Amino acid sequence: MWLLIIFCLLIGLAIGFQMPVLLPLIYAKYMSIAILAALDSVLGGIRAYMEDGFDTTIFVSGFVVNALLAAGLAYIGDKLGVELYLAAVIVFGVRIFQNLAIIRRYLVKKY
Amino acid sequence: MQSKSAKISIAIVSLVLGIMLAVQFKTTASNNAAQLPARVEDVAQQLNSVTQERDALAEEIVSLREKLSNVRKNDQAMADLQDELQKTSMVAGTNAVEGPGIILTVNDIPRKIQPGEDPNDTIVHDSDLNTLVNDLKSSGAEAISVNDQRIIAMSEIRCASTLMLINTRRVGPPFVIKATGNPDMLESGMNINGGWLSIMKGWGYQINLRKSEKVQIPAYNGPIRFEYSVPVEKEEKAE
Repeated sequence: MWLLIIFCLLIGLAIGFQMPVLLPLIYAKYMSIAILAALDSVLGGIRAYMEDGFDTTIFVSGFVVNALLAAGLAYIGDKLGVELYLAAVIVFGVRIFQNLAIIRRYLVKKY
Repeated sequence: MQSKSAKISIAIVSLVLGIMLAVQFKTTASNNAAQLPARVEDVAQQLNSVTQERDALAEEIVSLREKLSNVRKNDQAMADLQDELQKTSMVAGTNAVEGPGIILTVNDIPRKIQPGEDPNDTIVHDSDLNTLVNDLKSSGAEAISVNDQRIIAMSEIRCASTLMLINTRRVGPPFVIKATGNPDMLESGMNINGGWLSIMKGWGYQINLRKSEKVQIPAYNGPIRFEYSVPVEKEEKAE
C-alpha cells in the first residue's frame, strides 16, 4: 500500500518533470491551491483506507472536485479582490495536519 | 478487506498529484530563475551592442581624422570643392548673382475697359510670364528673377486671382523680370519677330526692356525640401 503510493508519486513526478508544460505565473497560484486540495484528498483517502471506510467514488470525486473548487475559489477571490485562497490554504492545511495525525496514530497502534 | 479498485484509484490519484507537483515545482523554479537571469542577459546584450558601437565609432574617428589631415595637406582639393559648391549653388539659385544682363518690365494694358470687353484681356497672365521666362532661358539667360523672386528649377509662376504666385510668394504688376547673360543676345532673343514679347507689345501691354551692365539677382530664399526624392548613388562604405 505505502509502496504503491510512493511509487506512483515518484512516477508522477518523473512524468511531470519530463512534460514540456510550464504554467504562466498568474496560474501558478491556483495550481498551488489545487495541489493543496489534492494532497488533502490523498491523505484523507489513506486515512479512510486505514479506517476501512474507503469509498472509491468519494475519494476520486473528492480529489477532482476539491482541487477544481479550491482553484476556482481562489480565482473568484482574485476577481472580487478578496484573498479567498487564504481560506483554502487554512482549511486544507488544517485538514492535512488532522489527517496526518490520524494516520500517525493508526500507524503507531498498528506497529 | 480493501478492494482492488481502491488501490487503483489511490495509485492514479497519486500519479496525478505527482504530475501536478512536478509541474508546479518547475513553474516556480523557472519563474524565479527567469526573472533575474533574463535581466542579466539583457544587460549583457546591451553592453555587447554598446561596446560594438563604441568600437565602430572609434574606427570612424580614426578615418575622419585621416581624411581631415588629407584635406589640410591638400588645399587644392578644398579649393576645388569650394569651386564646385559655388557653381552648384549658382545653378540651384541659392546664392545671389550679379552681372550684365537685361531688365524687362511688363505691365497691364493701360487703356480703359470698354463695355462688353473682358478685363482678362488687359492684364498680364501667368502664361505670359511663363512664356517670357522660357524665352529668356532659351536666349541664354544664366539667372532669372521676377519681382525679386529667383526662378529656380522648381519655381512656379501661377495665377492666384488678381495676383501671381512665384515661389509661393504673391507678386503683382508691374512685373520686373531680371536676367543675367549676354545683354545683346538676351535683347535680340526677346525682341525677335513673332516672339511672345512682340505679340504682347502688339496687344498694347506696357513693356520696357533695357540692357544693363550690372543686374543684381537675389538668391532663392524659400525652403528647399526633398521629402520624396533621394539622390541615386552607389552605396559605398566610408573609407
